[in-house]
Amino acid sequence: MQRDAGQTMKHTAAPAARRWIMAGFCAAFAVYSVNVYTVGTEMPGGPALTPAVQHGLALFQQSNCIACHQFYGLGGYMGPDLTNVVSAPDKGPDYARAFIENGTARMPNFGFGEAQVNDLVRFLEFVDASGAYPPKSPEINWNGTVAYDAARHNDR
Amino acid sequence: MTPPATTTDDIGLRFMLLGLLALAASLAFGALGAVKFLDPDFLEALPFHKVRPLHVSLAVSWIFLAAIGGIYHHLHKGGGPALFSPRAAAWHFRLFAVTGIAILGAYLAGRFGGREYWEFPPVLSLPIFASWILFGWNYFRSVLRRRGAWPVYYWMWGTGIVFFLITFSEAHLWLIPFFRENMVREVTVQWKAYGALVGSWNMLVYGTAILVMEKISGDETLAASKLAFSLFFLGLFNLMFGWAHHAYPVPAAPWIRHFAYVVSMTELLVLGKIIWDWRGTVATWRRFRHRDACRFLFAADLWVFLNLLLAIVISIPAANLFTHGTHVTVAHAMGTTIGINTMILLASVFYVIETRASEAAARRYRTAVRAGFWLTNGALLAFFLALIGAGLVRGTFAGSFAEMTAAVAPWLVVFTVAGVGLMAGLWMILLPATRTIWGLVAPRRRAIAPSAAE
Repeated sequence: MQRDAGQTMKHTAAPAARRWIMAGFCAAFAVYSVNVYTVGTEMPGGPALTPAVQHGLALFQQSNCIACHQFYGLGGYMGPDLTNVVSAPDKGPDYARAFIENGTARMPNFGFGEAQVNDLVRFLEFVDASGAYPPKSPEINWNGTVAYDAARHNDR
Repeated sequence: MTPPATTTDDIGLRFMLLGLLALAASLAFGALGAVKFLDPDFLEALPFHKVRPLHVSLAVSWIFLAAIGGIYHHLHKGGGPALFSPRAAAWHFRLFAVTGIAILGAYLAGRFGGREYWEFPPVLSLPIFASWILFGWNYFRSVLRRRGAWPVYYWMWGTGIVFFLITFSEAHLWLIPFFRENMVREVTVQWKAYGALVGSWNMLVYGTAILVMEKISGDETLAASKLAFSLFFLGLFNLMFGWAHHAYPVPAAPWIRHFAYVVSMTELLVLGKIIWDWRGTVATWRRFRHRDACRFLFAADLWVFLNLLLAIVISIPAANLFTHGTHVTVAHAMGTTIGINTMILLASVFYVIETRASEAAARRYRTAVRAGFWLTNGALLAFFLALIGAGLVRGTFAGSFAEMTAAVAPWLVVFTVAGVGLMAGLWMILLPATRTIWGLVAPRRRAIAPSAAE
């Protein structure tokens, strides 16, 4: 029969203090989270989530494109980052459209119809309007922080 | 007498068993995914966009299943307070298993719909959510019956359970138009949720590590000291506020980045503590090296050091500029999930095996497990370094995506070979562990010790 350690163990620190610390942390976390959800991520004048964009987003998710591609460097590494694919020099909407319609050696042809391809491109334009990646002209400060390009990065 | 399946006598072991199987399958999909980086046409029936979620979801399942299994086992057989509701625990297991099978089926059928890491159709999140509510209710009802102050691992487990529910909810905020209609908000909140989610499972896993250390050493002050609680609150602070290094380049407000940078640097305190304790760690290792559980804990200690070092470096925005969106991030993810989480959870599994299986059963697996241990850690080191090498090439490369892919290819060859070695090494550990745990779950089999069937 194994003994119940809880019956015999002696403890040193005051549990009431721990409860107060935990309560303080939780309150700070709630305030912080609300700030991140609102003022921390505001995008005044940002692009609208039209029905076409929404449909493109749904297609992007249903095809699990993020398994291979990234936005802002976040996602899979099999394919390139797509944040600014529709506005990058030598690329653009038609470039994106060609890849979506035909696939490549590394990317399957998902068999999208013309309307679906259009909606996916609308979604990529929606992403493109939100910012730039990689940052265009980052400046590294002495303390290790980085000043990103204010014009596209939306630094406030 | 053989207990019925729904008793807590084996519910923890059932979670562990399912976790071991999930890890074995995850490794196979992981190795397949690595091969696809070199040859995308290999096994065309399983394209990369299916293989990756299968690998990741099974790996995450392993972490949760093994951690939950350890908690349930402790609550019943490990000297903790009795589990409040064995029936609820059994339902938790069934819900988890059935939902897991449904998710794997959805991936294989190509039915996606969620976000990265939770790519399954969002409706399947409902049973996961329900199973965690059940787990949390059962856990808190169990530990609240305990007299006296809680050891730190009860706090860690409780925090892990609550924060899983919070972060899992947060990861689904994209379903609400307010979040979905703003790309910056959507990506930021998504990564806020993921950062804290990893923190929540770390709470479950690190709590398990402290429990196993306490049990092996017999030192009950380990989990009750002010230092243990200080480190717990430091971990919680990082869980809540230290996520934004994942998303520095996302154009959210600068204060989010700056605050996360400061928070991440508090991890230097943990790094300093590890270096300070190094001699003690080595002395403990020498004392208990005959125990397989201790072997895995010692490996986890080494990997904590390496990964913390890497985490601190990539949390510095200036360094992050070159590592973000590269394989360095994968090195960090793999180093922590395999080097730290998996080593700790294997320590927990082998602690249970060592305390409950017969010496004869232990003798049968010992050589394979020790060989597997060294192969796993050697392969993981090569894997980790290859990913860092690939990441640094990618992060500093100026050219097209195709040119960059060619430049990174030699590193990915090492990564793939090391990945296959990693799979082989872990399978050498998982096979005997699975057989022994199976023997404990089904006590009529020979591997069971007389005491385990009591």
